[in-house]
Amino acid sequence: MRCRRCGGRAVLKMARHNTSVCASCLNDYVLEQVKRAVKDQAMFGRGDRILVAVSGGKDSLALWDILMRMGYDTVGLHIQQGIGTYSEASFEKTDGFARSRGAELIVHSLQEEEGAGVLELAELTDRSPCSACGVMKRYNFNKIAYDRGFDVLATGHNLDDEASRLLGNILRWQEDYLAKQSPTLPATHEKLVKKVKPLFRLAEREITAYAVVNRIDYVIEECPMSAGSKMLVNKEVLNRLEAESPGTKQSFYLGFLERQRPSDLSREDEKIQSCTRCGQPTTATVCSYCRILDKVKAAP
Amino acid sequence: MPVSAQLNIGPDWEYDAAMRVVLQHPKRETEIHGPRTVGQLLKRLNLLPEAVLVLRGDELITEDEALKESDTLEIRPVISGGA
Repeated sequence: MRCRRCGGRAVLKMARHNTSVCASCLNDYVLEQVKRAVKDQAMFGRGDRILVAVSGGKDSLALWDILMRMGYDTVGLHIQQGIGTYSEASFEKTDGFARSRGAELIVHSLQEEEGAGVLELAELTDRSPCSACGVMKRYNFNKIAYDRGFDVLATGHNLDDEASRLLGNILRWQEDYLAKQSPTLPATHEKLVKKVKPLFRLAEREITAYAVVNRIDYVIEECPMSAGSKMLVNKEVLNRLEAESPGTKQSFYLGFLERQRPSDLSREDEKIQSCTRCGQPTTATVCSYCRILDKVKAAP
Repeated sequence: MPVSAQLNIGPDWEYDAAMRVVLQHPKRETEIHGPRTVGQLLKRLNLLPEAVLVLRGDELITEDEALKESDTLEIRPVISGGA
């Protein structure tokens, strides 16, 4: 198969665009899509300091690589979750990537800073590991970005992540979540940092191909806690639809964004206030993070 | 006389390839006979092209790529995610 752009040896067929690309044209394509995402969604500008959440997986490392390649001012943030050898490998890959590029990496260990890893936090609070992990990540991403003066927090969510999340939210008509499902979430509280997803136009397969052709050494192993997750089931369903009708995922998610009303992103009925304990933004009196830490402190 | 006729097997096995295939999640290795292209290999394994990439060595190859008996292939899943 030949590259439809330059005639070189193709490394990836993209049925949704009815095209094939070689390694060099894949890089051009990926950068074009990110550039368009950043511009269309007013994510950040040249003078902004960007904190990139990096797990050690393909998406976040590819995102960091792309933003550095585009010349943006970035620093990585890695949360050590304390999930055995998976977390150890994740840290090694992230640290190795940062060192190889001479990039600054902030490392936050839940075990050291919060006193317990994700599995222990889940057990102490009767939450699922994914739920406990989500609270810890969201809180620390925002707090660290705010405390260190970053303008924006970027995560590696891709088209498949967003389409599958949209499918899950529609299937359960979770309108509150639907309202917040945007590639750019503005800072709606003085201590809330703007959040962006610059990879939302790129399919997971395209990003994986980018990571492979650019020799990005990422964690191939899947988080052991994700087995059987709804996200994976939704992605499989969408991939079956995509195989029958290429372009389904992009028309589903990008079509949703076109139809989303600006007022949906600043809903009056969801008042964000300051947590009475830590001062961080929350919709409750005491935030989920503080409630989880209460249980850690009360544990024998 | 074609090899398939001598062996009294169908023409599909004329250029039969036996290649080593590395699968992930969990990591394991198997040997597969028959597929002549990446697309046929994925069909044999009942995998959607949208959910995986195929590597020969450290090079990505597309679905129409012809396979050889000596090939060692890796099937790299592209789907990840929790919650």
